[in-house]
Amino acid sequence: MSKRIDVSDLNVYYSDFLAVADVSMAIEERSVTALIGPSGCGKSTFLRTLNRMHEVIPGARVEGKAVMDGRDLYAPEVDPVEVRRQVGMVFQRPNPFPTMSIEENVLAGVRLNNRRISKSDASDLVESSLQGANLWNEVKDRLGRPGSSLSGGQQQRLCIARAIAVKPDILLMDEPCSALDPISTLAIEDLMAELKDEYTIVIVTHNMQQAARVSDRTAFFNIAGTGKPGRLIEMDETSTMFSSPTQKATEDYISGRFG
Amino acid sequence: MTTTTVDPLAGTQTSARRRLPTWSPWAFAAGALVLAFLLMLVLGSPTVATVVATAIVLYAVGLTVTSRVVEGERRATDRLATTLVTLAFGVALIPLISLLWTVVKEGSKQFSVTFLNTNMVGVYGQMTEGGVYHAIMGTLLITLAAAVISVPIGLLTAIYLVEYGQGHLARSITFLVDVMTGIPSIVAGLFAFTLFTMVFGPAYRSGLMGAAALSVLMIPVVIRSVEEMLRLVPNELREAAYALGVPKYLTIIKVVLRTAVAGIVTGVMLAVARVIGETAPLLLTVGIIADVNWDLFDGRMATLPVYAYRQYSQGGIGVDRAWAAALTLIAIVMILNVVARLVSRYFSPKATR
Repeated sequence: MSKRIDVSDLNVYYSDFLAVADVSMAIEERSVTALIGPSGCGKSTFLRTLNRMHEVIPGARVEGKAVMDGRDLYAPEVDPVEVRRQVGMVFQRPNPFPTMSIEENVLAGVRLNNRRISKSDASDLVESSLQGANLWNEVKDRLGRPGSSLSGGQQQRLCIARAIAVKPDILLMDEPCSALDPISTLAIEDLMAELKDEYTIVIVTHNMQQAARVSDRTAFFNIAGTGKPGRLIEMDETSTMFSSPTQKATEDYISGRFG
Repeated sequence: MTTTTVDPLAGTQTSARRRLPTWSPWAFAAGALVLAFLLMLVLGSPTVATVVATAIVLYAVGLTVTSRVVEGERRATDRLATTLVTLAFGVALIPLISLLWTVVKEGSKQFSVTFLNTNMVGVYGQMTEGGVYHAIMGTLLITLAAAVISVPIGLLTAIYLVEYGQGHLARSITFLVDVMTGIPSIVAGLFAFTLFTMVFGPAYRSGLMGAAALSVLMIPVVIRSVEEMLRLVPNELREAAYALGVPKYLTIIKVVLRTAVAGIVTGVMLAVARVIGETAPLLLTVGIIADVNWDLFDGRMATLPVYAYRQYSQGGIGVDRAWAAALTLIAIVMILNVVARLVSRYFSPKATR
């Protein structure tokens, strides 16, 4: 079910402002790719281009190619809604739908799209998705409770369950643990290690230990100064990146001697 | 083991930590009232207004000064601010309570079940019979028709402004809505009158005409309040839906509107309350009649505000009927508000835990 994405010469704009320039990278299937770098360097912006969420912002546009499955995500005939069904996303802050119960949140991808689903299929999907997100045992007795009644870490896992319930090929995570305590963070990191058997995962993180713990490959983004575009400095196996990076900027950032 | 734990704050801050007892504001209030009464007795004849006004000043000065001596400057400022805020609240309540009291007192003279379910057919002179049944029905029908016209237009405009609109078109719509908010109601009435006269000829009168006039007043209020409510829906929820591969129109219908529905219902009710008491446009367009007219599309209709106006200008028993009609109108608005509260409580996002 997982797929790879090959990005080549991608430029990302907000109106006239070039936010991210000349990114080329291969995102391997069945692996965790971590994007690290200082704030404002365009990691999240780049991540959002991978499922065409970037263009939700007025004036935002993209030049270049992101090829998944032999097809450019930005080809004119491609429907962004279709892309988002294949490339799911988990956001920085847990955002369960406040009007829906836990169960309805998991089924949101199905129900909001007006797709019909039988009762037994629905409960199977709820169970498998929640199990996939390691949340089933904690909520199985209160599926009808509002999603917002859960703790922050549980809400974030609910959002992951909601994302995998639409059976995407790729899962994007935009700083999924930055609003969570260490225990919930650990739960989500363990989950990522399990999920990568089935999904391609791309994660943006500010936590270098987290990148080192969970990812197979790491990409370092940097920005030359305010008003200048963010660029991909280097990308390699995580172990190589954290032991012997080829670029000085990478070494400085990883060892905390930045800026 | 008899080591005494030493409070690091003990001794140094005793004066700052001393507090007035919790009942002291009440004691000061009572004292101020008595003092003010005695003062007025000495100076002349005490009236309620002068005693209360003097007491308020005495209370504020007395409590603040005492608090400053006993509790220190910060507490004293806090007490003064509390007094001023409470005073402002009380002043704001005075006209409301006075109005309600007058309406209930004057309105209850004629108000009865019979008054609610009879009309004015065959009532003339100083007969005490007669009621507002026809006017209640007319008001409800016309307001309902106005809501049926305004809510879809207002809702869709607000959705356009919040979810789709950018640039010149959206800005000019917002500007026009602002202008529309300020239209005097008599102008709205003249507009509907002219429009329907042009289309249907000079003698045409109908409830629909009044509903059209009320819509002109109601649409901007609906747009404004729904717009506010839609902007309150966090962008994160829209993005969450997009990221699940939900198209924009379904996101708006099933996430944005669903999340905001409680606020939208409240906003629509406020708009209804805004127009249900309008007199001038209805006086021009639907006039008054003594019997119930169930046909919105033909003939004059009675409405509560116009009924009250006509009865009042007749004088005599009519004045009592006018007050009773006003009471009925206030009761209707209150009932609608309670219903709206229940609806929005049912739909609002479930509270945490």
